Amino acid sequence: MKFVFKLFEPNKIFLITSRAPKYVMALFIIVISIGLLEALIFSPEDYKQSHSVRIMYVHVPAAWISLGIFSSMTFLSLSGYIFKNKNFFLISKSLASSGLVFNIIALVTGSIWGKPTWGTWWAWDARITSMLILALFYFMYLIAWRIYENKDYIFKITTLITLFGIINVPIIKFSVDWWNTLHQPASINILSKTTIHSSMLFPLLIMTAAFALFSLLIFLMKYNTELIKIKNKGLDRL
Amino acid sequence: MINEIINMNGYGLYVWSAFTFTLVSFVSLYIVTKAHYTKEKNKFEVKFGALDPKKAEVARSQVINREILSTTNNI
Repeated sequence: MKFVFKLFEPNKIFLITSRAPKYVMALFIIVISIGLLEALIFSPEDYKQSHSVRIMYVHVPAAWISLGIFSSMTFLSLSGYIFKNKNFFLISKSLASSGLVFNIIALVTGSIWGKPTWGTWWAWDARITSMLILALFYFMYLIAWRIYENKDYIFKITTLITLFGIINVPIIKFSVDWWNTLHQPASINILSKTTIHSSMLFPLLIMTAAFALFSLLIFLMKYNTELIKIKNKGLDRL
Repeated sequence: MINEIINMNGYGLYVWSAFTFTLVSFVSLYIVTKAHYTKEKNKFEVKFGALDPKKAEVARSQVINREILSTTNNI
C-alpha cells in the first residue's frame, strides 16, 4: 500500500498535473463542440416535450458529475483519514468547487426545464430537495476549509461532512422509485434495460464526457494551486 | 433553419438560457480558478526571487520547485 501512496506523492505527481491541463483543455474544447452540435442541432426533438428535452443534455450530465464528485470526495476523505494521507484530503478539496458548480447547474437547468414541462420553476419534489441538500453539503465542506485553521480538525470535520452527505446520494438516486415525484424514473440503467433512444443517448454521453473533462481540468488547476500554496509555505520556512 | 434553431417551437428561451447558464458557469469557474493559480504562482516566484543564493540553491534542489518555476503558463 505504501508503494501506491508513494506513486501519488505530490512531488512526483506535480510533473504530470502541471503539464496535463493544456491537453485536457484542448480535448474538452473538441468534445464540447461535438456535444453542443449534437445536443442543439442534430438530436431529435421529443414527441411529448418537443425541443425542451434538449435541456436534458446539460441537466443530466451536471447532476451525474456532481454526484460522482461527492462520492469520490467521501472515498478520498475516508481513505485519507484511515491511512493518514494528507494528499487524499488535498485531492478531495480540489474536486469540491467543480462539484458544487455542477450541482448548481443541475438545480438551475432543472428549474428552467421544470417551467415548460411541469408549469413551475420549483417544487419541493424529493429529487429536487435532495439535490438542494447535496448543494448544502458542498457549501459546508468548502466553508469548513475556509473557517478552520487547524489541519487535523479540518480533516476530521470535512470527513464527517462527506460521511453525512453521502447518505443523501442513494436518496437522490432512488428518490424517483421510493416516492411519487414529478421526476420520471431513470431512463438509463446499467443493470437493466436503457429506455432512451440511441439518437438521444449519444449526445447525452458526449456531453457527459465533456463535463467530466471540464471537472478534470478544474481539478488539475485547483490541485496545482494547492501544491504551490504548500511550496510557498515551504519557502517561508527555509 | 436558423429561426427554427433559435425558436425551437417556442422552447428556445428555456433551452438557450439553460445552455447559456451552463457555459457562463464554466467560464466563471475557469477564470476564478486560473486567477487563484496565477496569484499563488506569482507569489512563489516573488518569494523565490527574494531568497539568498544558498537558500535558493536548496529550494532549487526540489523537483517540484523547479517545475513551478519552469511552467510559466501551463494552463
